[in-house]
Amino acid sequence: MLSHLRPAIVSSVLFMGLLGLAYPLAVTGVAQAAFPAQANGSLVKDAKGTVIGSSLIAQGFAKPEYLHPRPSAAGNGYDASASSGSNMGPLNDKLIEREKTDAAALRVENPGVAIPADAVTTSASGLDPDVSPANARFQAPRVAKARGVPVGEVLAVIDAHTKAPLLGFIGQPAVNVLAVNRALDARFPKDG
Amino acid sequence: MNWQGWAEIALTLGLAVAIGWPLGVYMSRVWNGERTWLDPVMRPVERFFYAACGVDAKKNQTWWSYAGALLAFNLFGFLFVYAVLRLQGVLPLNPQGFPGLSEHLSFNTAISFVTNTNWQSYGGETTMSTLSQMLVLTTQNFVSAATGATVAAALARAFTANRGEGVGNFWADLVRTTLYVLLPISFVVAVLLVALGLPQTLSAGVIAHTMEGAEQKISLYAVASQEAIKMLGINGGGVFNVNSAHPFENPTPLTNLITAISINVLGWAAFFAFGRSVLAKKDVRALVLAAAVLLFAGAATIYATETMTPPAQQAAGVETAVNMEGKEVRFGAPATAAWAAATTGASNGSVNGMHSSLMPLGGGMAMFLMHLGEILPGGIGSGIAVMVVMAILSVFVAGLMVGRTPEYLGKKIEAREVQLSILAVLAIPVATLGFSAIAAVLPEALKGLMHSGPHGMSEILYAYTSATANNGSAFAGLTANAPWWDATLGVAMALGRFLPIVAILAMAGSLVAKPKLAPSAGTLPTHGGLFVGLLVGVILILGGLQFFPALALGPIVEHFQVLAVTDGH
Repeated sequence: MLSHLRPAIVSSVLFMGLLGLAYPLAVTGVAQAAFPAQANGSLVKDAKGTVIGSSLIAQGFAKPEYLHPRPSAAGNGYDASASSGSNMGPLNDKLIEREKTDAAALRVENPGVAIPADAVTTSASGLDPDVSPANARFQAPRVAKARGVPVGEVLAVIDAHTKAPLLGFIGQPAVNVLAVNRALDARFPKDG
Repeated sequence: MNWQGWAEIALTLGLAVAIGWPLGVYMSRVWNGERTWLDPVMRPVERFFYAACGVDAKKNQTWWSYAGALLAFNLFGFLFVYAVLRLQGVLPLNPQGFPGLSEHLSFNTAISFVTNTNWQSYGGETTMSTLSQMLVLTTQNFVSAATGATVAAALARAFTANRGEGVGNFWADLVRTTLYVLLPISFVVAVLLVALGLPQTLSAGVIAHTMEGAEQKISLYAVASQEAIKMLGINGGGVFNVNSAHPFENPTPLTNLITAISINVLGWAAFFAFGRSVLAKKDVRALVLAAAVLLFAGAATIYATETMTPPAQQAAGVETAVNMEGKEVRFGAPATAAWAAATTGASNGSVNGMHSSLMPLGGGMAMFLMHLGEILPGGIGSGIAVMVVMAILSVFVAGLMVGRTPEYLGKKIEAREVQLSILAVLAIPVATLGFSAIAAVLPEALKGLMHSGPHGMSEILYAYTSATANNGSAFAGLTANAPWWDATLGVAMALGRFLPIVAILAMAGSLVAKPKLAPSAGTLPTHGGLFVGLLVGVILILGGLQFFPALALGPIVEHFQVLAVTDGH
C-alpha cells in the first residue's frame, strides 16, 4: 500500500495545477480575448457607461410604467448574489396563500383576463430574466396607461422582443423584461 | 403536453446516445492504450505524469493493487479538498472575501466532490471563493469522473482476458482518461458555452445601478470552465446555488440543450467503449436499449406530472396548464422534465428547475431513477459497471430457471461473482433506507426540514437517496448544512461510492482468471429482446420493490392528497 503513496500525492498536486489552475485560466484567457461581453456577465450599460444590470439577470421592476419580472425567492428578491427558488412543495400552505394574494392583485389591475401561471410563481433561480409572452401582454394595458400611450404600441414593443423557440420546439417563447423596458424608455422618453 | 415538448425530450435524450457512440469508440482506444490523434500533444504530458509519480504505467496490477491505488488517490484527493476549504480565508484568489468553511461543511463537501456526488450543503455564490471553485472543485470534477471510468476499464479487461492475471494499471487509466477524454472535450465545450453567454472571469462581480435606482450586486465566477466538466464529468455541482437554473450557468434553450446532452453523453460513451473493448457490441447494445427505454419512460412521466393541475395555481384561479413554480420561463415543462430524468438517471445531480417544487410523482420519479442504481446511463464507467452487475444478476436468475451454470460475455458466473454483485447493489438500499429511518425520528435531523408530512418525508428520502447514489440533486428545502446532515450524508456518499467500486474490482479480479469460453448451444443469448426484458425486470424489481414502501409514505401519498384538492384534474 505504501507504494501508492507517492503517486497519490504527486498526481493530486499535478492535477490541481493542470485542471484547477491551467485549464480554467486558459479558458479565461480565450474567453476574455474572444468573447469579452459574455465572459464578463453580459452587462448592460446606459448612455453614460454606468452598468444598469445584466441582460441575463432579472431586476426588481415595480413601477407601473415598466414590465414586471416574475416573483423572486432570491434573497429579499432579485438578489443576484444569492440565487434561490422557493423550494415549496405543491401543497405548501404558504405557496397557495402567496399565489392567491398575487393573483388577486393582478385581477384588480386587469380584470376579466386569464392570469398567466408565470406571473404568480417564483422561478427556479429567482433571477429569471424572462416572462412568458402571455405575461408580458397581460401587463401591457397597465404600462400603456402609466405612459399615456396606446396599448397597441406597447404590444408592438413586446412582440419585437419575443424570442421564439429554437427551430420551433427547443425551449419556450420568452420576453426579456430588461430589454423591453429599455426599449419602452427609448420609444417613449419620460418628460423632462 | 404537445408535440414540440415530446420532440424536445426525444432530441435531448437521443442525441446523447448518438454522440456517445463515436465517443465511446475513442474512449475504448484510450483505455486500450491505442494511438489517438491527440498523441502528439498529450503523450509528453502523460509521460511527465508517470515520471513524476514514479509509476510504471505498463505494470499490470492485481485487483487489490488497483483498488488500493484508487483508494489512496481518493484519500489524498479528499485531504487536499478539505484543507483548501478550511483554509479558504487565508488563501489567494478570494475576491469575495469569504472565510474558511466549518469542519462539518468541509468534510461533507470534500467527500461529495471526491465521490463524484457533488451534493452541496452550501450556496456557491455565498460560500466559495474563486480559488476554491477552480483549484479543488473543478479538479475533483475531472478526477472523480476519471476514477469512475477506471472501474469500467478494469472490468472490461476482466471479461476480455483468457486466464489472465491483472486488471490493468490504475494510474494509466486515470491519467489517460483525464488527459485524452475529459480535458480536451471540456475545453471545447467551455469556450462554446462562453460564446453562448456564460461568464468566465476571475472578478467577484459588479454592482449594477438598476433602472429603478436600486443597487444590485451581481456575482460572477469562472463559470464556463467549471460548467463544462460539471456536466461532462457527470458531477453536477453548480457554481451557483440554483445550479443550471441560474441564467449565468444556463442562459438559453441552446445552452440548455448542449449541457443536457453533456449530462449523459460520456456515460453512454462508456457503455459503447466497454462493448468495443470486450468485443461484445451486440450485448452492450442490449444494455443501452434497456437503459434508454427506462430513461425515456422516466422523462415522459415527469413531463406528464408537470402538466397536471398544480393545487396553488388552481386555488389562485390562474392558468394551470404547466406547474411553473420552480421553473424558468425559457425552459418550461419539457426541458425541465428531460433534464430531471437525465440528471437522476445519470449520477449527475445538476438541476435546471427545483425538484422540491415538482408535482409529487415527478419528484418521486426523480428519486426512483436514482433508486435503480445510477445506470441510465449512470456516471462515466461507474454506470456501465453497475449495469454489468445487473446483467450478471439477470443471467443468474435465468440460470436458476433452466438449471445451467450462467455465463456472461464468455465468462462463467459462479457464487463469488453473484455474492459480489449483490454486495455492489446493496449499498444504495441499506444506506438510503437505514439513514432515512433514523433521520425520520431524530429531532436533530427533523430541524432541517422545510416541510412536515409527506413532503418532509420526501426531503429526507431524497437527500439520502441522492447522497448514496452519488447523484447530488436535492429537495432543496432541506437545510443540510448542520452537523447531523453533513456528517451522515458524507458517510452515505462514501459508502455508496466505494463499496460498489471495491466489490466490482474484486469481481473483475475473479473474472480475469477464468478461461474465456466460446458461446455454446446452452448459453443464454444476451443481446435479444428476451434478455432486454429480463434485464429491465431485474432492474425494476431490485430498484423498485425495495423502495416502494418508502416512496409510498412520501411522493405517492402526496400525489393522492393533490388529487383530493384538485378533484382529479
